[in-house]
Amino acid sequence: MTAVHTRTASALDVTKIRADFPLLARTVRDGKPLVYLDSGATSQRPRQVLDAERAFLEQHNAAVHRGAHQLAEEATDAYESARARIAAFVGADPAELVFTKNATEGINLVAYAMSNAALVDGDAEQFRLAPGDEIVITEMEHHANLVPWQELCRRTGATLKWFGVTDGGRLDLDTDPITPLTKIVAFTHQSNVLGTVNPVAELVRRAREVGALTLLDACQSVPHSPVDFHALGVDFAVFSGHKMLGPSGVGVLYGRSELLEAMPPFLTGGSMIELVHMETSSYAPPPQRFEAGVPMTSQAVGLAAAVDYLTEIGMDQVAAHEAELTRAAIDALDAVDGVTIIGPTDVVDRGGAVSFVVDGVHAHDVGQVLDDRGIAVRVGHHCAWPLHRRFGLAATVRASFHVYNTLDEVNALVDGVRAAQEFFGETR
Amino acid sequence: MQLEQMYQEIILDHYRRPHRQGLREPFDAETFHVNPTCGDEVKLRVKLSGAGPDAVVEDVSYDALGCSISQAATSMLTDLVVGRTVAESFTTLEAFQAMAQGRGQVEPDEDVLGDAVAFAGVARYPARVKCALLGWMAFKDAVARVTDSAAQTNGVKR
Ligand SMILES: Cc1ncc(COP(=O)(O)O)c(C=O)c1O
Repeated sequence: MTAVHTRTASALDVTKIRADFPLLARTVRDGKPLVYLDSGATSQRPRQVLDAERAFLEQHNAAVHRGAHQLAEEATDAYESARARIAAFVGADPAELVFTKNATEGINLVAYAMSNAALVDGDAEQFRLAPGDEIVITEMEHHANLVPWQELCRRTGATLKWFGVTDGGRLDLDTDPITPLTKIVAFTHQSNVLGTVNPVAELVRRAREVGALTLLDACQSVPHSPVDFHALGVDFAVFSGHKMLGPSGVGVLYGRSELLEAMPPFLTGGSMIELVHMETSSYAPPPQRFEAGVPMTSQAVGLAAAVDYLTEIGMDQVAAHEAELTRAAIDALDAVDGVTIIGPTDVVDRGGAVSFVVDGVHAHDVGQVLDDRGIAVRVGHHCAWPLHRRFGLAATVRASFHVYNTLDEVNALVDGVRAAQEFFGETR
Repeated sequence: MQLEQMYQEIILDHYRRPHRQGLREPFDAETFHVNPTCGDEVKLRVKLSGAGPDAVVEDVSYDALGCSISQAATSMLTDLVVGRTVAESFTTLEAFQAMAQGRGQVEPDEDVLGDAVAFAGVARYPARVKCALLGWMAFKDAVARVTDSAAQTNGVKR
């Protein structure tokens, strides 16, 4: 293919944006321009993020919340300022934001806090699970929001239940498994496979009706659209820095302040304590209570820089741009004979993950042909194996977008899919 | 173009018209292997006659779900091992594994590998090595189950 152009109808100057991402300028597989359509797995980082990390490390690096020297003060300020900016970005108060390694750790933190609560008498009543209690998830969850709940059930004797998914790739609200026994409802905001955006308000309403907690997996929503946790009314939410133009090694657990106040810790050790004696200890208030040990620091600073970068573009703009790419990809792929999109084909309540299968050509083989043309997509089950099974599939091809992608890249994808059909067709 | 190097014509032929596909009776052992990164799977049965390394592979039958590389590799495996001894087929297996995992640095021995040298190109794509090995590992496991259970009934410690 020819050089990547940056034509879109939206107001964004994508050429200018792309210039901020050094990696996007490289070539792959013998000189082919990179067409990066795998931001759902991890996104690329702009210079502004890389520079912020480097500047922090070159000027301010020290262990945060420890020590009283000038560097320690500066590092702590940088870390806490990062927390405040990220909190504002997702409609939360700074004290409601716990830094974790990634979203997976955030979910595990809640799951383990709940199993700790089940072991210890006393407060934290709303986190306690016992045999007979129920945990509700959905059939479209990433393994990160499925396996930790299976394990929590195994440890506590609770039962796992789930909402089904319709043939069209929407949450099947008629298969409602929420009952008065439900203790927590954990669900994805936006499916990393189907692109489906779930009805958060309705699910929160149903959970509240029975007094259950809610946990929102916002991994695929926070990077791509405006999200306000207070407005959504969820109790907990998680997301990862590396999917939103930020560093890997940093993620966020959001928890409503009353809940974090009452929740027992998961990891324990330095930095999360109030008083320590040989026999027993008491714990710091949140968020410190959930941040044992010296935390990732340059990564938190980098994530705040990513948030600043996205804020400057405007999340409405990001969402509009991606909606345009998604519309174009769905229309063009739908028009190819033998291609089936897995997930909604309308763009209402739908984000930019476009998964599909090609008749007679396995997803791996489609991916190989695309890779040969410099196009990076994800192939396989995308850590949502039960969802694939639901559709009778072992693997799909997934294209996913971010603010730096272009309509020409969508066209390159569609041309590549046609080339795969030709290559593997009987006619060759 | 890189693609043709990886997807040699003989690989595509096996993919389009796989040999010895389907599960058959009789069999001595059945295994089920999956590739957890992509969800591809193979159920494979072996029928041996005789015992020990000189046992002859009478039949390999399989039911597989997977990409062209995994399907073709399993199909070709049956050509390379059926009618040969366990010892011979394991020599081929080891050569195949060394080639596939060799990152393109291992010179394949056509005398040992036969048509399977066509898979040399796969070694350059680390993500696809597991695809090529899926059926072979299921075969190795199945043969081991037969020989292990034979050893157990003979009271031989292994
Ligand atoms: C919807 C969803 N949830 C959870 C995760 C897990 O994110 P991480 O691996 O960064 O913890 C991902 C990323 O793959 C995702 O897409």
